[in-house]
Formats: sequence, structure tokens, C-alpha cells
Amino acid sequence: MIEKALRGNSKYWGWIGFLFIVIFVGLLFYLRQFGYGLGITGLNRDVTWGLYIAQFTFLVGVAASAVMVVLPYYLHNFKAFGKITILGEILAIASVVMCGTFIFVDMGQPLRIPNIFLFPSPNSLMFWDSIALGGYLVLNVIISINVIASEKKGTPPPGWIKPIILLSIPWAISIHTVTAFLYSGLAARPFWMTAILAPRFLASAFSGGPALLILLVFLLKKFTRFDPGREPIQKLGLIVTYAMSLNVFFVLMEIFTAFYSGIPEHLDHFKFLYVGLHGNTTLVPWMWVSSILAVISLTLLYIPKARNNEAVLGFACVTVFLSIWIEKGLGMVITGFVPNPLGEVTRYWPTFTETMITIGVYAVGALIVTIFYKATLSIRGEVSV
Amino acid sequence: MYDAGKIIIGLVVFLALVSYPIWYDAARGDIPTSADPKIVTAEKECVAPTDYMKDSHMDLLNQWRDDVVRKGVRVYTAESGRKFEMSLSHTCMDCHSNKSEFCDECHNYAGVNPYCWDCHIEPEEVQQ
Amino acid sequence: MTIDRRKFIKTAGLASLAGLVGKNVLGQDVSDVIEPGSFDRLSGLQSPLQARRWAMAVDIGKCEKQHDCTKCIDACHLVHNVPKFDNPKDEIKWIWKEPFEHAFHEQENEFQKTDLIHSTPLLFCNHCDIPPCVSVCPTRATWKREDGIVMMDWHRCIGCRYCMAGCPYGSRSFNWRDPRPFIEDQQKDFPTRMRGVVEKCTFCDERLAVGLLPACVEACDVGALVFGDLEDPESNVRKLLNNNFSIRRKPGLGTQPEVYYIIS
Repeated sequence: MIEKALRGNSKYWGWIGFLFIVIFVGLLFYLRQFGYGLGITGLNRDVTWGLYIAQFTFLVGVAASAVMVVLPYYLHNFKAFGKITILGEILAIASVVMCGTFIFVDMGQPLRIPNIFLFPSPNSLMFWDSIALGGYLVLNVIISINVIASEKKGTPPPGWIKPIILLSIPWAISIHTVTAFLYSGLAARPFWMTAILAPRFLASAFSGGPALLILLVFLLKKFTRFDPGREPIQKLGLIVTYAMSLNVFFVLMEIFTAFYSGIPEHLDHFKFLYVGLHGNTTLVPWMWVSSILAVISLTLLYIPKARNNEAVLGFACVTVFLSIWIEKGLGMVITGFVPNPLGEVTRYWPTFTETMITIGVYAVGALIVTIFYKATLSIRGEVSV
Repeated sequence: MYDAGKIIIGLVVFLALVSYPIWYDAARGDIPTSADPKIVTAEKECVAPTDYMKDSHMDLLNQWRDDVVRKGVRVYTAESGRKFEMSLSHTCMDCHSNKSEFCDECHNYAGVNPYCWDCHIEPEEVQQ
Repeated sequence: MTIDRRKFIKTAGLASLAGLVGKNVLGQDVSDVIEPGSFDRLSGLQSPLQARRWAMAVDIGKCEKQHDCTKCIDACHLVHNVPKFDNPKDEIKWIWKEPFEHAFHEQENEFQKTDLIHSTPLLFCNHCDIPPCVSVCPTRATWKREDGIVMMDWHRCIGCRYCMAGCPYGSRSFNWRDPRPFIEDQQKDFPTRMRGVVEKCTFCDERLAVGLLPACVEACDVGALVFGDLEDPESNVRKLLNNNFSIRRKPGLGTQPEVYYIIS
């Protein structure tokens, strides 16, 4: 199976080579961080989690979103998703690998990570999160390998795989729920301590993830002979529309509660996000861009004529993805720490090194997606030679 | 066999890389052949028999570490019945104050790099 | 002034290390427990200070009379090899002073007693009875001892900083880089830390074990810090709390802090 990824045209190899260079550069920057310590990032005593953990959170969502193709296809026998379900599962695998890598690069003593399993602590949500994510990775690897292998043989997947696929559905929900609990159980951080955090995480995941999947399918259509047809794309577009609506709805509920109740320890975080706090406006322009993108995306998605046009749908997916990335990959985590529990505002912004390491980790994900998409499509004979 | 040539070349490269540390040390020519830690102390008796300490001092230290930090137990009773404070920088290093000739001698030979001294401050050695 | 202060700290630190000013909870002089440079420290270990629930009382009024005094902070940071960084981004602190409005963020009151508003209470780890940092730690590198001390195992900490996110008091610091070069006067009786682990006040567990009071309590010469066993009705700290009005930081969170602030 994997040997199919070893043959390709010059464009394919050019892209692979580019990714390897980016990964290598990221690795070099990581070695600097490994030698110096996490002080090389913008993190500080008050803002102790930043870009890395935010990317982790965002990507857990992308991983969970595979369920948006798996569930209709396997549970409701929605045939149109036949060609893209495996793409969603591969995206989930790449995302979980990136999640693990982001956790690794965020640790002060990365070589001691086995301590989590040597001294298991059921009190800690981090323990459960590592079990949930590890399990999800195993499930999806088993499913993907078997599905691709049976496609290669031209036979239906083995019967025993079905229960595993069905198990992966609630498991996908659980990974993002547990990740939300990681935050929402902390009395110290009023911004996160909201019961709606898990539903909000799922809504943003189920809009951002499928939006990314649509964009990936468009890329495949452009560079290969792969064409799943109009129907699955349109259905995915509809899923994005509903999920994005829910996401915006949930955010507005948070904003209402914070602003109407006026409790400073809740309100201050939202002030920091949207208007700035004590003169610190680091995230304000970003959050407004995110809000404007959300409005644009929903406007386009709500108009059937616009949504049905693949070019417009593609643009809407870009706006959805960026809007959610800003909201979750920047705003969500950092704002929990600003202001700190003493009401003080400390500035955090990722350093160059931190950014390069982050890009390197994303390149690892892109490499996994590329290789496995290539292998899958080659088996189906959908790659132009 | 397909691509036999490529596979063999690949295997050779792999073996060369894997055995690199051996080649590297051989080329440098200063492979230590034995370790001879120097014991300089007026004390007659260690906290455990020498043979045990040679093999398992790291286990004992880990045990001490957990007893002191995690259980708050700080006194160790040796087999002889003698009591010692479980302390690396006091009990151990009061006798073996010559870290470079004692600890490092074997650790360098075995190629291990224990992290004790990242935190525990090593005794100042008397220049001889 | 700085030189004078540094000199003082050194003297005070060495003196306290040598146990010259030590007294145990019963008020007995324990200065002879540990002889300076003694090979056998066992005698000190045989009379440790023990309690069912350690607690600290800070008399804000007494402390404020010495507004610029930092003796307790200096003593603590000296004996525990706490580094001093120029860049606030790397900051590590076990005890520090914070303006009242930050220390007691939840006590929002513009017209509070003026001296209180302008006070800068000392902040520590609160050694909570129900410590959120302990619940979140994925490796049990931080845990609550039976005597109430919230301990740290720097050998086990993986540096995930979940405890820092979980602590509602901002009491924890992280070693963003190797602290060694930033420790002016290394004390060989106590380890330094390595980069990548979290640290905080431990109520001087290492001093209690040899019969000494916490370094900060010992360093305070106006008696603004009182340390003792809350379960012992005869202890100084218990008597003080019985007879004075005291507050705790963020009591509403249910963490039950064991650091009390006396308002006189």
C-alpha cells in the first residue's frame, strides 16, 4: 500500500521535498528550544500555555470532525460519502499525530512524558485526554488500513471492522469533550469554566474540519483525477453551514452571558478579546477579523445559489476555516490567562522560533495527509500519471 | 528479488549509521577499557555493602529520593543498624566528595549521564 | 543600600541555615540541633516539627509597618536557591508582595480602609486543603501531604504547566530556562531546579524535618508571620485566628487556603 506513495510526478516530489525542508527547519528550531528551554517561546509566568496548546486544541477538533463523514456513511448508509470517508479518516490520523507532537513540543521535560503512564492519575483530565486521543488514533489506523486494503483487493471490508467503525463515532465525540473538560473544569479560569465549552468545541470542530476536508477535495480534484461528484461536496457544505451556525450561536450566548451579567471576572476576558483590557489589544484585530469572516461565511453559506457554486463554496470554506482557527487556535487558550487570577494583564505573543516549530508540526501533518491520500488514490487508479 | 542492489546498499548504509558510535570512538582512539573509582574517606562503613553499591546505588538513590520527597522519611537504617540521613549531597557526598574521580569515573566509562547534578549542587573539590 | 541589604541577607541566611535563630513550635530553642558543618545531622532529624494541619497567618498590619521590608522574601529565595532574572518573562517567585487590589481581587471596594488599600500583602502558595493543582497534575508530581503541605517532586514533573493553569492564586512558577546562572549565592543544602519544571513554596518541608520553622517566619523580626498547627487549639496560629478578624484569598472557590490574613 505505502509503496504507492513512492511513485509520483515531479510536482508530487517537489511538494514532498518542500514539506521535508519545512519539517527539517522546524526540527532545527525545536532543537534550539530543547537546549534553551521553553523560555524561547513568548510564554511567561502568567500566560503559561500559548500557540502550541492552542494548536493542539484546534487539531483535536479537526480529528473529531471525521465523524461528520463516518457517521452518515456507516450509520445511515449514505452512499455519496463512499469516496471521501477514507479521506476524512486519514485527516483524523494526521491531526491526532499533530496533536501528540504539539503536546511533546510544549512539555518542559519532554523525555519524562512516559511518567503520565508510569504514574497514572485518574484525577487529571490530561490522563484521560491522552487515553482518548491514543485510542482514537489506534481506531482510525485500524479502520483506514483495512478499508484501503480491501479497496485494493476489490472486496468489501471485513465484517469485524464494522463495530470498530461504530465505536469510533462516540469516541470522536469523546476526544473533543475530554479536551474541553481539560479547560472547563478549572475554577481558576472563569473564561473556560463554562458548561457550553464542550458543545462549542464540537460545533467549531464540525464546521472547521469538514470545511478543511472540502478544500482538500478541491485540491485533489485539481491535481489528480479524483472526483467524488457534486453530491458529497454539497452535503459537506450543508454540514459546515449547520455547524458554523451553531458555533456562532454558542459564541453569542457566551458573549451575552458575560456582558449582561457584567461579572468582572467573566467580562474582563471578553473585553480583552474584543476591545482590549488595560491597554492590551493583542488579540482585538484578530478577533474582529474572525467575526467578520464568520459573518461572510454564513452569508455565503445561507444563500443556496451561492453555496451550490463550488467556487463560492470553496471561498466560504476558507473563511470558515480561518475564522475558527483564529477563534480556537489563538483566542481560546491565550484569553484564559488574560487577565490572570490576580486581575493583571501580561502580554503574550508567539516568538519566531515558536512559530517556526508550529509550522514544522503542521508540515508533519501535511506530509501524512499527502502520503496516505496519494496511496489511497493510486490504489483506486485516480492519480494521473 | 526486485531492486536487490538498492536494498543491499540501503542495508549497508543503515548498518554503518547504526554502528557509528563504535566507529567514532575507535577512530578517536580513547576508548576507556576500565573504570577505577577512587574512594577517599575516613569512614569505614558505607550505607550498604560495596558490591551492592557498585551494582545498585542508583536504585538505592531512587528509593531515598522517593522516601525523602514523597514520604517525608529522611532516616535510613542500614543493615548494621546504623542510621543515616538519606541525603545525596550530605551523606553520600560527605564521604565521596571527589565527584570527578568517583561518580564521573564510572559514569563516563558506562556512557551514562545521570541528572542528579542538574539540581543537586556538587561539593567543591579540593584541588590536588 | 543594595549592598547593605545583600550583606544582611547573607548573614541572616547563613545564620538561619546554621540553626542559630531556630525555635520550634513549642517555643524551645533548637539552635543546637544542627551544628554548622556537622557530619551527622541526625540529631535534627530526630526532633522534627510535626502537625496535623500546617497553616500560616500573616498580620497585614504588622507587616505593613515595614512597608519596604523584604527580609522574609530574601531569606526564602536565598535558602531555596530561587533565581533572580532580569527579564520579567522568566520570573520565579515563592513569596512576593502584591498590591491589595490584586492579592484580594475579589474584595473589590474602592473605599476600603486606606491603609489596607495601599497595603501589599505577602503571597505564598496557599497549601489549600482541596488543592486544584493536585487534581490536575497528570503524574502526581504535586500532591498534598498528610500534614497539609502541598508538595512538589521536581524529579517527576514533566513541565506540562497544567497546575499553573489550575492554581487560582498564581502561586506557581515555571523554569523557562536553566536557573543556575541566575542564582547569586548558591546554597548547597538545597537543590536548584532544572529547566522545564514547576516550583513553588513548600512551607519549608526540609526545615520542618529538622525542627526548624520556615525560613520566612524566622526572618521576620516583627512577628508578622505566625506558623503552626491549626488542629492544635493551643498553637499560636490557632489562638491568633481565634482572637482576630482574618480573611483568605478567594474563599468562594472552596479550595480552603491555609494562609490566613489578619486584619487589625
